[in-house]
Amino acid sequence: MRQLLSLLPLSAFILLAAYFGLGLTKDPGLIPSALIGKPAPTFDLPSLMPGEKDINEHDFKGKISIVNVFASWCIPCLAEHPIWMQIHNNTSIPIYGIAWKDKRETAMRWLEKHGNPYTKIGYDPLNVFGIEWGVYGAPETYVVDKNGRVRFKHVGPIFPKLWQSHIFPLVKKIRAEK
Amino acid sequence: MKFVLLPLILIMLSTASVEAVEPDELLEDPHLEARARALSIDIRCLVCQNQSIDDSDADLAKDLRKLVRKKLKEGTSDEDIRKYLVARYGEFVLLRPRIKSDTYILWFGPVIILLAGIIGIFIFFLRHSKNNSIQPSLILSEDEEKRISELTNNRG
Repeated sequence: MRQLLSLLPLSAFILLAAYFGLGLTKDPGLIPSALIGKPAPTFDLPSLMPGEKDINEHDFKGKISIVNVFASWCIPCLAEHPIWMQIHNNTSIPIYGIAWKDKRETAMRWLEKHGNPYTKIGYDPLNVFGIEWGVYGAPETYVVDKNGRVRFKHVGPIFPKLWQSHIFPLVKKIRAEK
Repeated sequence: MKFVLLPLILIMLSTASVEAVEPDELLEDPHLEARARALSIDIRCLVCQNQSIDDSDADLAKDLRKLVRKKLKEGTSDEDIRKYLVARYGEFVLLRPRIKSDTYILWFGPVIILLAGIIGIFIFFLRHSKNNSIQPSLILSEDEEKRISELTNNRG
């Protein structure tokens, strides 16, 4: 009994060290979103494209949609851009863009140069959408289901691996729901 | 030495009060501004995670500082502003986590460990003072007593 007791501090230390050691391998940038499972926050943004209709949370109802926060100044956004083009060309999933903290002309020029995968784009130079949705930084991606609930959030660029392993299966699963 | 220490202390004191709040962000009403500062100190800048929005120069921190001040001007209570931010950015946005069932370990764990330590030390000393006040090995045998008296006699 005594011997077991004397091992207690050492085993407690090993347990704690293992726990904190594991913690070090995790990305501190990955923070659980407060929005998962909740209705998409309300917002109302003018379209990036002059003359087109405003965009708000009602646009997402009745179908599954992807919401992608991007900016022309954002390098990781350019890195993930090809995947949005692929999804746009090969699937019918609508992608809604939010041009975040950007200038209208530069954002439009960026899309002209690299291609426009978005069904509709909101223009948010003043971070209005950003605050309502709890945006940390660009790029940021959400999946909204047909009832207008946020089901998935990812901070940082989306690469094909993540799309294949995580997001596309989720989209299929949500589509199968009634 | 005195002449070196004093300027050093002054320099340290002056850097301690450096803050990220820019003059154009300040509210005119000093009471509201004081509340804004107090609130900002406890709100995490999510981009530079271990700084508060009061300390941080990041863009997002600036947006949140402005938001806090706008809400205060509209007459929102401190608690409602915190709730508003938690609903959007999650519990993580608070530098001081709330006391609720999933943070009990965080808040009370150290106190429990400290208490366990104090009780442990108490038991340790209690045992030693009772049972082992005189350890058997410290009591001299008859032979040893004899030898000691011989040795001291010889010297004397």
